[in-house]
Parts: sequence; C-alpha cells; structure tokens
Amino acid sequence: MAEQNFDAIVIGSGISGGWAAKELTEKGLKVLMLERGRNIEHVKDYVNANKEAWDYPHHGRKTQEMIAQNPVLDRDYPLNEQTYGMWVNDKESPYVEVKRYDWFRGYHVGGRSLLWGRQSYRWSDLDFEANAKDGIAVDWPVRYKEIEPWYDYVERFAGISGNRDGLSVLPDGQFLPPMEMTCVEKDVAKRLQEYYKGQRAMIIGRTANLTKEIEGRSACQFRNKCWLGCPFGAYFSTQSSTLPAAMKTGNLTLRPWSIVTKILYDKDTKRATGVEVLDAETNKTYVYKSKIVFLNASTLNSAWILMNSATDVWEGGLGSSSGELGHNIMDHHLGVGAGGRVEGYEDKYTFGRRANGIYIPRYQNIGNDKRDYLRGFGYQGSGNRGGWGSNVAEATIGAAFKEAISEPGGWSMGIMGFGEVLPDHKNFVTLDKTVKDKWGLNVLKIDAELKENELKMRKDMQADAIEMLTNAGVKDVRGYDANGVLGRGIHEMGSARMGADPKTSVVNKHNQIWDAPNVFVTDGSFMTSAACVNPSLTYMAFTARAVDFAVSELKKGNL
Amino acid sequence: MNRREALSSVALLLGGTILGSQAFLSGCKSTAGDAVAFTPEDIAFLNEVAETILPKTDTPGAKEANVGEFMTVIVKDCYKPEEAKVFMEGLSKLKGTNFMKASAEERTKMLTELDAEAKAFQEKKKPEELPHYFRMMKELTLWGFFTSEVGATKVLRYVAVPGKFEGCTEYKKGDKAWAT
Repeated sequence: MAEQNFDAIVIGSGISGGWAAKELTEKGLKVLMLERGRNIEHVKDYVNANKEAWDYPHHGRKTQEMIAQNPVLDRDYPLNEQTYGMWVNDKESPYVEVKRYDWFRGYHVGGRSLLWGRQSYRWSDLDFEANAKDGIAVDWPVRYKEIEPWYDYVERFAGISGNRDGLSVLPDGQFLPPMEMTCVEKDVAKRLQEYYKGQRAMIIGRTANLTKEIEGRSACQFRNKCWLGCPFGAYFSTQSSTLPAAMKTGNLTLRPWSIVTKILYDKDTKRATGVEVLDAETNKTYVYKSKIVFLNASTLNSAWILMNSATDVWEGGLGSSSGELGHNIMDHHLGVGAGGRVEGYEDKYTFGRRANGIYIPRYQNIGNDKRDYLRGFGYQGSGNRGGWGSNVAEATIGAAFKEAISEPGGWSMGIMGFGEVLPDHKNFVTLDKTVKDKWGLNVLKIDAELKENELKMRKDMQADAIEMLTNAGVKDVRGYDANGVLGRGIHEMGSARMGADPKTSVVNKHNQIWDAPNVFVTDGSFMTSAACVNPSLTYMAFTARAVDFAVSELKKGNL
Repeated sequence: MNRREALSSVALLLGGTILGSQAFLSGCKSTAGDAVAFTPEDIAFLNEVAETILPKTDTPGAKEANVGEFMTVIVKDCYKPEEAKVFMEGLSKLKGTNFMKASAEERTKMLTELDAEAKAFQEKKKPEELPHYFRMMKELTLWGFFTSEVGATKVLRYVAVPGKFEGCTEYKKGDKAWAT
C-alpha cells in the first residue's frame, strides 16, 4: 500500500474538489484526492466526443434497457445514448424519495464538472444580504467585498467568457471576450431595453467556455458537444483545468473507486484525523490520515458522509450539533417560461453551434418592482432559426416536400426561468434504515419540495416571460410550466449551511465545521441561501478562499 | 440542433406531439422485445416507403440511408408494445396493397392519400388513442433520415468543427439547414 499519510485529503473530484486539490497542492501540501467512481482521463476517455447522431445505433435515443436500469435519470435529459455511463446508475446507487426529488449524479473523476451547464455568474450583496433582510434562515457571515477578489481569482484561471454589462445585480468579472448574440437576440435585447427603460436587461450568457485559448487549453470550437467531454479542453472541468494544475505540482495522489464511508474524528483533540475508504472495486476498507480534510462530495453526499461520521460523539453525525446538518436543501426551480415566433430575418442565419444562450438577470423585488413573494428569478434562453423539418410544406410526400423541409424554418425566441428556492428547515435529508446500495451502505432519504414562495414565483416566471416576449414583438407567445420538482436544476445546495453561530449553522465563515475545524466543506453544502444564479462559480471562489485560510491556519499551528 | 430539438421539429412539422416522444422524454417502459420481429423483406419494403416520402433527387433519398432498417430498430427498442402492434399491423396492411408493384408516381399518390387519411385520423382521435401507423412511418422516416450520415451530410449542411460562432450570417433561399 502506498503512502497512507497526507497533509490534506480532498473528498470528491468535481468542480469544488478539483479546486481544493489545485490550491492545496500549489501551496505545497501533499494531497490525496478521493473519488468514489471510475477514472476518466482527459481526452482519451471521452469516447463519444467526436460522434454524431448517426454513430449511435438509436441516433442518440435511449433504449428500454437503459430505462430499466435508470428510472430516475429517465425523468429528464440525462438519460440518452450520448452521455450513457456518465450519470449514476440508479439501480447501483438508489435513494429514497419521501417526496419526488430528481437526483442526477456523476460518480467518476471530474464528477459533474464534465456535465455541467457552465453558466457562471457572480453573486451580489442583493444575495448575500437577502436572509438578513427577509429575516429568514440565518445571515451569511460574508459579503460581496470579501468574496470579490476570489471571484477574480477563479475566473482568471477557469476562463469565463462574458460581456461587461455594468449591472449591479450581476457584477462584472474577469471575462474573456463574449460570445455573439444572434440577430434575433440582439433585436429582442434592444426592444426589452427600450420597453423597460433599462430596468430589465438581456445579456449574452457568461459561460466557462474559452473564447480565447489560455495555457494548455484551446478556444471553443463551437461544436456544442461539451457534455461528451471536450478534446480541446475548451470548457472548465476538473480534467481540463484543475487536475492538470494539481498534477503538475507533483503533490497530488488521485485515488478513484474510493467511497469515503466516514471522516475519522478524535474527540480529545476535536479534530478529524483522516477518512475511512471502501474500495468500490474490491470492497476492502482502507484508512488514510491527514491534517486537514476538504469535503467536496456534492451537497447531498457530503451530508451523507458527515451523518455517518463521529456518530459515537453525536448521534446525528459530525456537524450535527446545530440540528441543521442535512436540512435547508435547496435547488433552483425551472422548467417554466415561454416562447414564440419571430417574424422577419428570413435572409439571416447562424454559423457554428454556440453552447451558450442569453441571460435575463433578476429584476424582481429590486427597486420599485415588488412581488408577493421573496427573492426572484432570472431567465436563460435563446433566439434561433428553426432547423430542418420546420417548414410546413404544401406537399406532404415526395421531392418537393423533401426540398422544403431540408431548408431552415423561421426564427423563434424562448426563455426559461431559474428561480431562487428559499432555505427551509423542513426540506431535508436523513439516513434511510432500510435500503442499501450496491456496496451494502445505507442510503439517503430525501424529503424536500417546492413550497409556497416558489410556487407563487412560478406564476410570475411564466407570466413575465409571456409579457416580455410579447412586448419585444415576439408572435404567438406561449407559456409553459412543467416539472416543478426539486432536483431538476441539478444545483443542490444547503445541507451544511454557513453561519456566524455554531448553534444555528454547520460551518463558519471559512467553511470550517464548527465541531471539527480541520474539516472544510466547500461544495454546495455550505450555501446559506441559493440566489437564482447558477452556483458553481461561487463554490469555486469559496473553495479557493477556504484553502488559503486553511493553509495559513495550518502554518500557524491552529489546525 | 440537439436531439430533443430534432424530435420536436418533426413534431412541429406533423402538427402535434411526436409519437414516442412520451417514451423519449418520460420513459418508454415497453418490452416489445421478441413479439416485434422484422424480416429482410419488411426492411426492404419500409425502405421503399421511406424513399417515396423522401425520394432521391439531385441529393440522395431515404433508401440510401437505409431508413427502413432504422425504423425497425426504433420500433423494436423504443416503442411500447401496443404502439409496435399498430406499426406492425399497418405494415402488414400496406404490404397487402400493390405498393411494391406500383410505379413511383403511383406510390407517391398512394402515400399522399394515406398521409391525408393519417392526418384526418390524428385530428379527430382522442388523446389516449394510438396514432395512425402511417404517422409513425413518416415520423421515423424524417427523423431517421435527417439524423443519418447521408441525410445530414449530403442533403443538409454539416460542419464537424465550426471553429467559430457567427450569430448573424447571410442566408439565401434554397440554402439547406445545418444538420447539427
């Protein structure tokens, strides 16, 4: 057996785990990064990266066999022939739903950093101050000013393309050049700007796709195949970005197939001493020791690990003394919006496949805009020309029909809301006592749902979408509201929330568990509230900041 | 265009929800399995049907992409048993006509009439009723062909690695749509 003692252990290899490993190793620590699933090597293991529809037996469509194995994935887009094997097999890793909760997981090196939507937005003080102003949950112990330099830091490395829009609700960052809007998007943006007199904006999406090459990574080739793994390394993932940086230091050991079953805790020193690992291939148990532990197993699984740790001291597990561990589960609620036809532009088209769209930042409950619910939502969307099959031809069969439907159709514009979910103690996970996974381990039981505030908000998410598109001149605008279910945002957050008081929060402002200061939780678990923007950039910033603090504390002998 | 968009554009064209999109989006629970079996003759026949819907012009037609075989793969693997049954019965019915012996013009006329029949059926059927078999065939032909290598690269326009994105380029009537 290789070295069993490390300076630091990072549990999980996704977006935040990759960042923890990079930062820790670059600061000279010997680090073990544990990943519960298989290894995926950059480029080499992106087996479908260059395939087209015709290279798949079912042209991408899921088969009965796939559905039988993956009843949860089957609920949305993750189950398909292209990304098969990249999302967790439900049968091997079940969970219990008290209420429907769609949990889409990626158990492999890189985690969901290979599968994410890449939209990257900063929070503002509107978000950090929200809980305090509304008097709900607990206040964030940090404000934008403290996190701003860390946003700068992670954006420069990750590579975020975007436009400097000068909006206070969505602070500008260290952007690579923005992608271009389509003619229709430009037109709609201009009309919205005029109609709402600058109170609502439509901007190009800010995305972790490179529009200029940066060290060791090529610029985006506009193939729109990010989810298959990018052979150009053109979007931010553990594999393309943080892992090579960490490897370069010579300080990283990566161990796939390593399910962390518990964090080992010494009640005399009140410190974690390492972790226990179940080898997912051999079922053998190993112990690894370290001075500090970074917990980045993803929000719900990090809660699971903590609940299974130090149970001889706290029945509810490590970090449970506040009674908040596993509670306040949040996501972003979506699947509601509107779309319609855009007239004109018959002599315009697009070139290339842009894996990005437009964004309408939150404008509700800001200034004079008052709603009958708290917080708000933003929209993602796009304005595109219809592809083959869009033209309703006069002939229904034959040569003329074939010609007509192989030409592009008209333009359309659609937007879909991403709404903030409030932290609620009653949305929570616990350990289930009956169901076991493939490895005989206990599993999570999820009891969470959209509540009144979100349901009210959804009405506006649809109505505002219809109103705005109509006011922007879009025709035949139709709204929709489908699948208001937690989990579908794949932005789970909040299971070990940050706060200023150990009685009401699990981690402090440096992401340290109050009950074990050498354990840092920097995945979505620590989120005290959810905001309405995509969260990964914020995890990156807090992770880099927490590592900086952890290493300085370690040097001072405080850990 | 992604796969979901590809399917929905077929649905748009056919004026309604796509068959099997329920299966596609929310799960096809079927185990049509062994009950659904196609012979080489069936595949050849379906290729002729597909070719009539999307014939060879100055660009290849559906037969060149072997859309007939693709139809059988999807019906076997993704259709619910009751949907597969409608498809199989429709296939038998169509095979019972003089379609194979008919000239290209006659075939076009036959399928144009069948298409009208399918459309009329779709318009007045109850939501829980299964679609007309010819709707299934037409839908699978369009989707199968335009996502095939032949359809995508020789009929539509395809660029594997665009290298850039331009949001507002010139378009001339007659230019084909991008395949992906």
